[in-house]
Amino acid sequence: MPSSSRPCLRKPAVAAGALLCATALTLAGCGSKATDTVATEGGPSCVDTDGPTIKVGSLNSLSGTMAISEVTVRDAIALAVEQINADGGVLGKQIEVVGEDGASEPTVFAEKAEKLIKDDCVAAVFGGWTSSSRKAMLPVFEGNDALLYYPVQYEGLESSDNIFYTGATTNQQIVPALDYLKEKGVTSLYLVGSDYVFPQTANRIIRAYAEANDLEIKGEDYTPLGSTDFSTIVNKVRASEAGAVFNTLNGDSNVAFFKEYTNAGLNPQTMPVISVSIAEEEVKGIGAQNIDGQLTAWNYYQSIDTPENQAFVAAFQDKYGADRVTSDPMEAAYVSVHLWKNTVEKANSFGVKDIQDNADGVSFTGPEGLVTIDGDNHHITKTARIGEIRPDGLIYTTWESQGPIEPDPYLESYPWASGLSG
Amino acid sequence: MDVLIGQLATGLSLGSILLLAALGLALTFGQMGVINMAHGEFIMAGCYTAYVMQQIVSNAGASLLISLVVGFVVGGLLGVLLETTLIQRMYHRPLDTLLVTFGVGLVLQQVARDLFGAPAVNVIAPTWLSGGVEIFGTVVPKTRLFILVLAIACVTALAALLKASPMGRRIRAVVQNRDLAETSGISSRRTDVTTFFIGSGLAGVAGVALTLIGSTSPTIGQSYLIDAFLVVVVGGLGQIKGTVIAAFALGFLNSFIEYSTTASLAKVIVFVLIVVFLQARPQGLFTVRTRSLV
Repeated sequence: MPSSSRPCLRKPAVAAGALLCATALTLAGCGSKATDTVATEGGPSCVDTDGPTIKVGSLNSLSGTMAISEVTVRDAIALAVEQINADGGVLGKQIEVVGEDGASEPTVFAEKAEKLIKDDCVAAVFGGWTSSSRKAMLPVFEGNDALLYYPVQYEGLESSDNIFYTGATTNQQIVPALDYLKEKGVTSLYLVGSDYVFPQTANRIIRAYAEANDLEIKGEDYTPLGSTDFSTIVNKVRASEAGAVFNTLNGDSNVAFFKEYTNAGLNPQTMPVISVSIAEEEVKGIGAQNIDGQLTAWNYYQSIDTPENQAFVAAFQDKYGADRVTSDPMEAAYVSVHLWKNTVEKANSFGVKDIQDNADGVSFTGPEGLVTIDGDNHHITKTARIGEIRPDGLIYTTWESQGPIEPDPYLESYPWASGLSG
Repeated sequence: MDVLIGQLATGLSLGSILLLAALGLALTFGQMGVINMAHGEFIMAGCYTAYVMQQIVSNAGASLLISLVVGFVVGGLLGVLLETTLIQRMYHRPLDTLLVTFGVGLVLQQVARDLFGAPAVNVIAPTWLSGGVEIFGTVVPKTRLFILVLAIACVTALAALLKASPMGRRIRAVVQNRDLAETSGISSRRTDVTTFFIGSGLAGVAGVALTLIGSTSPTIGQSYLIDAFLVVVVGGLGQIKGTVIAAFALGFLNSFIEYSTTASLAKVIVFVLIVVFLQARPQGLFTVRTRSLV
């Protein structure tokens, strides 16, 4: 961080001052230049396309409650960049990654996005995890006419010309998960989630689906992000005698939830939990013995048996260690970089407008299979997969959709969802 | 009825967790008046002690019991380090103490992140603590019973120490009237360090125990810090009794309000109730009457 010359170390002997400065550094960057908000909105981009390298941003929470998940996304982005560079780069240029810490705070994400676009002049930014961080960044990318590749499954009902959504939208994850439960004979659900935009919207969609499909919603509970006590919620879930639990908790809360759930004697046979934010990385933190046999809904698992995935997993473990796992958002982030590269090469330009105009139909055969960008809504086609968590900490596909599902962020092709997008 | 018993058990358990997290703070903040924002990170240090111990001792049960002792020492030493290097220089500057200890907390978080990585690590609970016990038709996880027993043991030990031992007498004397205690030949410096060691050590013990029910990640301390302060403030400074009663009162309050509303709303309602309570009784449940001028 460019801060060594800042005057905050006036008297090095004063340990307190040094400490405060150090903490300020870890918090927001002692030296992050106050972003110049009066600069021309949407003015000509400052991206340097003449040099031998092209800069892209990697914006992930490296601290705070979301770091558990987002650090892995950063690693996947770095791997993709490394491979592309080794392969000759993009349009003959080597990619240079500028990393920033979103610190699990939407406002910090917005600030750092602005910094990446205006000060670092990156051609595209990869990152973001929580919907709150994406919603905070959206006006920044639209205002500056820049590009964000957002690699995480989310609640849908959004599309922007300046964002490419490479994670699943609801009809590629939540709707297939509900179809799966229904097919398995589940007639009632209990909804548990973290108290913010993704779980709330997801649960609205689940309620609409439930109404049209004779599923009973026995209860709906939210806990503050980072919450660590699930005793009461588990009591409520048990008392409800629901057929299954639909879990949209995020981050560390999942650890406390599953420890409580298992120790309270609930299990996948009597009341399975289907989760949409737990991937291989989180399973490690929760402890496979606490979550053995539970279900997840994603588009990618480390265990997928394709040559593309084997190569991806091998390369990742080679770079970061054999004990590391690969997960859906990591895979989506990896795919994002390749989709950006393919689009740039198709457009033969790093310009935002050229990328937007040429994005439709750009595809890439990634670890999860073939994905293709939809030029209208900026989402990508994805294969839905339901997986079961096994004691080895990996997730194994128990059901998958027939081929990639077209993205439908506003659920326009589902009659029961007609009241949602309003 | 099942629900009532279930929530009673939850309240009791939540109370014991709050108590464990707040007990150390009751000493450092309640007795000494030091606003130590790094207390949460001492809890976190306890969590990671349990994790490291598990890497060394493979038997989960043995490692848990050893960790409780080692966690106490690790937390205590961190506390002594913080006290002797920084806090003792600013005993009469509470605002500076607050900022500095907050900073130290962030530094410790970053250290944990660098040492162990940002993702949560898994501490395996011993098999004799997995599953639950059925009590009057409701299943109470054994881990929670263990924490309840541990909290009671810690309170008993601390109370005995303060009441009956010469060290406890010295601590109480310094709290009640520092000048008079010094003129009676008590080294208030040494007493401060001892008090801080015990208080921070208890945070370490809390951390070890909390790995049984929660996650072990660099930011885990933050989730308990505010609650711990609330307990100590509501209980009243200077007495362990107040902390115990406040912890269980808040535990029951939270569990019943959460059952009839939601987790987020329960937090808000409990906060509002605490504010109202402190309006009526700013000194908390109990106070120590002293002749001290400060």
